[in-house]
Amino acid sequence: MRKITWALVATVVTLVISAGFAQASTRDEVQKRGVFQCGVSTGLPGFSIADEKGVWAGIDVDVCKAIAAATLGDATKIKYVPLNAKERFTALQSGEIDALVRGTTWTLTRDSSLGLNFTGVNYYDGQGFMVSKKLGVKSALELDGAAICIQSGTTSEMNLADYFKENNMSYKAVSFDTHDATAAAFDNGRCDVLTSDQSQLYGLRTHLSNPADAIVLPEVISKEPLGPVVRQGDDAWFNIVKWTLNAMIEAEELGVTQANVDEMKANSKNPGVRRLLGLEGIAGKGLGLNDDWAYQIIKQVGNYGEIFKRNVGADSPLKIDRGLNALWSKGGIMYAPPVR
Amino acid sequence: MSNSSQKQSWWYNARNRSLFFQVLLVAMLVGFFWFIGSNTLANLEKRGISTGFGFLSLKAGFGILQSLIPFDESNTFGRTFVVGLLNTMLVSALGIFFATIIGFTAGVARLSNNWLISKLAGVYVEMFRNIPLLLQIFFWYFAVLRALPSPRQSWSAGDIAFLNIRGMYLPEPILGPHFNIVGWTFVLAIVATFFIRRWAKKRQDETGQQFNMWATAIGLIIVLPLLVFFALGAPLSWDIPELHGFNFKGGMTIIPELTALLVALSVYTGTFIAEVVRSGILSVNSGQTEAASALGLHRSKVLKLVVIPQAMRVIIPQLTSQYLNLVKNSSLATAIGYPDLVAVFAGTTLNQTGQAIEIIAMTMSVYLFISLSISGLMNWYNKKIMLVER
Repeated sequence: MRKITWALVATVVTLVISAGFAQASTRDEVQKRGVFQCGVSTGLPGFSIADEKGVWAGIDVDVCKAIAAATLGDATKIKYVPLNAKERFTALQSGEIDALVRGTTWTLTRDSSLGLNFTGVNYYDGQGFMVSKKLGVKSALELDGAAICIQSGTTSEMNLADYFKENNMSYKAVSFDTHDATAAAFDNGRCDVLTSDQSQLYGLRTHLSNPADAIVLPEVISKEPLGPVVRQGDDAWFNIVKWTLNAMIEAEELGVTQANVDEMKANSKNPGVRRLLGLEGIAGKGLGLNDDWAYQIIKQVGNYGEIFKRNVGADSPLKIDRGLNALWSKGGIMYAPPVR
Repeated sequence: MSNSSQKQSWWYNARNRSLFFQVLLVAMLVGFFWFIGSNTLANLEKRGISTGFGFLSLKAGFGILQSLIPFDESNTFGRTFVVGLLNTMLVSALGIFFATIIGFTAGVARLSNNWLISKLAGVYVEMFRNIPLLLQIFFWYFAVLRALPSPRQSWSAGDIAFLNIRGMYLPEPILGPHFNIVGWTFVLAIVATFFIRRWAKKRQDETGQQFNMWATAIGLIIVLPLLVFFALGAPLSWDIPELHGFNFKGGMTIIPELTALLVALSVYTGTFIAEVVRSGILSVNSGQTEAASALGLHRSKVLKLVVIPQAMRVIIPQLTSQYLNLVKNSSLATAIGYPDLVAVFAGTTLNQTGQAIEIIAMTMSVYLFISLSISGLMNWYNKKIMLVER
């Protein structure tokens, strides 16, 4: 509460003070500062969470790292700013962070009225429900009259209302500020149901006192394209964040991995690979970055398939299927415009 | 020479000069705020952020846990403001009520001659005064939550009231067709009692005759409305909560978030009020009590006529501050999900619309308005009981 108030005061003050000053380019600012400030969640397994030593990990965190690798040539030069759902946009608007990578759903309202731009989608998600096995519920349509724990200030709140209205059911929304508080209330039995994006439900389940007791219902009630967000009106920076993600997807498609990128750079005859790694074509000129920007991303962070597998997929406790997030050529909808 | 000194005198006139500077200051302030305002608007527009209060009439589309007025997802953002405001006022009013009772009791208890009572009150004050309020709110919330059973194992009182982790479920009175007559009888009875009391006091002052005020008051205020109630055929039924599916339906619900917040606010503020009351009572010179006793006044009369009126003069101004603190502290509700103004309006609504400046400005003015009202009311009361100096 105090934090959000200060963030808001900061916005107002920034908006007032910055009157008349030309907006400096975020890229130049980041490079001059030598540190990229990335807005992440306050702790969501698989997406962005800090361990006991304060080391951040997750698929969103890896996107932050990729942006830092492309812009600064060093994926470790990041200051992570943990934000709850209510604070996130204000923090970005006020310039407290350079980009927001925090499982944020791309919607018309957010894209058009907050002064922000979504740069792409790094995870296609959908809202689901998690219930305790003891309830014996098999479908979300049996949830009439349920008490539902939810994080406030999210699109989930709106989808929930729509879904229950559409199906003539009633519910009691118990809303909290952070993922942790929401999950804790569900764990305590304050609610019958925890609702959020499905990936988050799988992540939060690993933190319950008895994860095996909870099941995720099959219904997916919404489209939740989650992606990085930047401030509107800084097209150079918008391009960098957009193409960082595209480069990771393109790398997966071309089979360039963290392990073989050096070898590929030295020996590959494939023009697509050579363009991606900055050996041919426009390389980094258009973005105003070094020619090896994409090489740095892959070398230091990996391609999209690798970060998926490592954080939320087969190599993680979450074990989420690629599903929609598979490449377009493999039955999913992950698709990057050509790097040429 | 004399001419020029006369010309200068306008400028050197202290009155004119101070007036000039005040006008200048006001103009500068207005200019400053106008500059800030127009600058902010221009910048918001330049950055593509929506402005204005048009959002208040848009559909909200989210649910709120507790609402004193009818509210559902199809209502507007403007209505979420009212819902949040009423929830804040509810917890503040109840909090002030309970904190006052706790505070006065503990304050008096701490001055008690009984060793155990005074020490217990002392421990209470020192303990709860010195723990941060937010921690206390968490403590009560999780203590309340963990201790209560799930809906299917609810504790019930005669199968009409239930208590579980989702809250306290009570029967809700459904008023019959002519119930308002009973209500009006009750109001009339209170007014009548007031006037009879005045008359009785006057008569006692003049003639010394006493009047049995207690019996009259009970007869008028309790027995009379009851008689009317039964004469009308008892037009009142109860909506009793019942377990349907996972949760209880029907009746009234008191959510655990409200209970936890209320307990935390009352207990915390109660400690400060206890100290205020203690300081007020100690500020009355013991000579006053002794003098009153020497006049042969009964102990209770000494308290009522001598000690309390004087103590109140010390108590009221500090009490006002504590009330204001309680109202402002109620905004910590957001930490445990109680839907107060900050959680609902400055939280969810702000996030869904993104119009931070308008919403924070509205929220701040509401707190300012509530606080100024309380302090206005308390100042009026303070004036009333102040020592009348001649």
